[in-house]
Amino acid sequence: MATKRIRVDYLARVEGEGALDLHIRDGEVDKVRLRIFEPPRFFEALLRGRAFTEAPDITARICGICPVAYQMSSVHAMEDALGVVVDGELRALRRLLYCGEWLESHALHVVMLHAPDFLGYPDAIQMAREHGDAVRRGLAVKKAGNELLRLVGGREIHPINVRVGGFYRVPSRTELAPVAEELKQAREHAAEILRWVAGFPFPELERDYEFVALRHPAEYPFNEGRIVSNRGLDIAVADYPNEFEERHVAHSTALHSVLKRRGSYHVGPLARYNLNFDRLPPDVQALAREAGLDPACRNPFRSIVVRAVELLYACEEALRIIGDYRPPPMPAVPVEPRAGVGHGCTEAPRGSLYHCYRLDADGTILEARIVPPTSQNQGTIEDDLRAIATAGLDLPDDALRDRCEQGIRNYDPCISCSTHFLKLRVHRQ
Amino acid sequence: MSPRASRILVVGVGNRDCGDDGIGPLVADRLAGRVPAGVQVRALGGDMLALIEMWSGRDTVIVIDAARAMMQAGRIHRLEPILEPLPRELALGSTHALGVADAVELARALDRLPRRLVVYAVEGAVFEVGARPSAEAAAAVEAAAGLIAAEVDALVMGQKEQAHA
Repeated sequence: MATKRIRVDYLARVEGEGALDLHIRDGEVDKVRLRIFEPPRFFEALLRGRAFTEAPDITARICGICPVAYQMSSVHAMEDALGVVVDGELRALRRLLYCGEWLESHALHVVMLHAPDFLGYPDAIQMAREHGDAVRRGLAVKKAGNELLRLVGGREIHPINVRVGGFYRVPSRTELAPVAEELKQAREHAAEILRWVAGFPFPELERDYEFVALRHPAEYPFNEGRIVSNRGLDIAVADYPNEFEERHVAHSTALHSVLKRRGSYHVGPLARYNLNFDRLPPDVQALAREAGLDPACRNPFRSIVVRAVELLYACEEALRIIGDYRPPPMPAVPVEPRAGVGHGCTEAPRGSLYHCYRLDADGTILEARIVPPTSQNQGTIEDDLRAIATAGLDLPDDALRDRCEQGIRNYDPCISCSTHFLKLRVHRQ
Repeated sequence: MSPRASRILVVGVGNRDCGDDGIGPLVADRLAGRVPAGVQVRALGGDMLALIEMWSGRDTVIVIDAARAMMQAGRIHRLEPILEPLPRELALGSTHALGVADAVELARALDRLPRRLVVYAVEGAVFEVGARPSAEAAAAVEAAAGLIAAEVDALVMGQKEQAHA
């Protein structure tokens, strides 16, 4: 077998590295093996023996981009185990905090990381020289998200204000007023970003995914709902272990999460959108249609447009929550430890994030399980890459690598943050 | 409070949970109480694009970041990226998302650099999640804090500083 390594290019300080092996035999893609870093395994062990109250702050450290998702899934799982219900304004504040994280994460990914792929730039810096207005808009939207995290989460990175039962401190209406003004501007910027990305050239690819996401009776999902799919799955979060399992695959240290009965599935913006289009406000639906999106979209490259739709939604939802907000009398509801098992699933920017904890009577964590979106999408990413590589077999290796990176970035996995993160090995036989 | 002081920002960047990547925030901690009133000292983790907003409206910005070990862990470099891009071989990237070098170049492309920007890069050796800072990097924290405190003092006093590593 003729083997050649095309390029090795990664920063020593990037968390792990991505590696993709493409085996091509007789002009066809024979094997696709993707390896990407998975941080939570380390944290599952770290959590054992710690108090239930520590989980939100410990798990927030797993990711600098989506700490809120880890905090939210952990507090929901703990509250499930402890029989606590958080509702009213505290629940609304959690949605507001999640809006901030979606704004930060999606603005970063859409404008700084994914858009250059579509426009043929090596990175956002090169792109900024010719698309400065778009980059400025992305930064402004991201800043509005930072402000929400600072106000509701206590600080912009690794927020510290979240606790099981609610928050340590809640903001006043006066504190939220300036960020509302910023969000109104951000909403205009998000609409412009949506129009901008809608005009990108999208590679032809449609796949028959099983989309999986939360679905709530009335809301576009952040942190509550049933886990549903377009193939009939409709379960409570507590039934997650009955339907999903993580499997070791020989070529990777990471576990692949699969539906026990059907295999690979797809979580993230495209799944949320396909399963919850009717939960978007009518004006957001209208702008999505103007951007060329139907209520059903199966081209993973159009996920950049869906993320822009979610940016718009997060601005609107944050403004709605701030407009209705009345500070609750207490920043948190009382929580007493007890033995039990709890499950939580919330919608991280890059897809469903499941947590499960088993606690003893004094609230010590006996067992922790965290299934991040990236491991849930891993099988689907490999399937996409098989299709992308098959369509691009005649491309030069550099162009093939770029297209594969673009395809992986459709899922915004943790590793995709670094430019040219992928070690690509093409084995042609 | 000196008007000059309020236009100076010092930012220690990096992830405290990743060994020597936390050098920047550690230096920022060490500067508490050692810079003139009005000078803002902050720590920043995650992606570095937030720097562009943080330094908006500031005349002078000093950034402290960990760098990949090129010569010797603990070695301190003083760089002025207004004049030329940060050297890529120092890998002033980030453990996640975009790093200081990216933020500087993006700001340059958008004409949003501060008037004066100084980057103190401290070579590190250990960047794994959960690791403690290496002895060499930990030893460099005080040295870097001393250099920066002296430079800030000189700036506030309006002197032409030349604090070299």
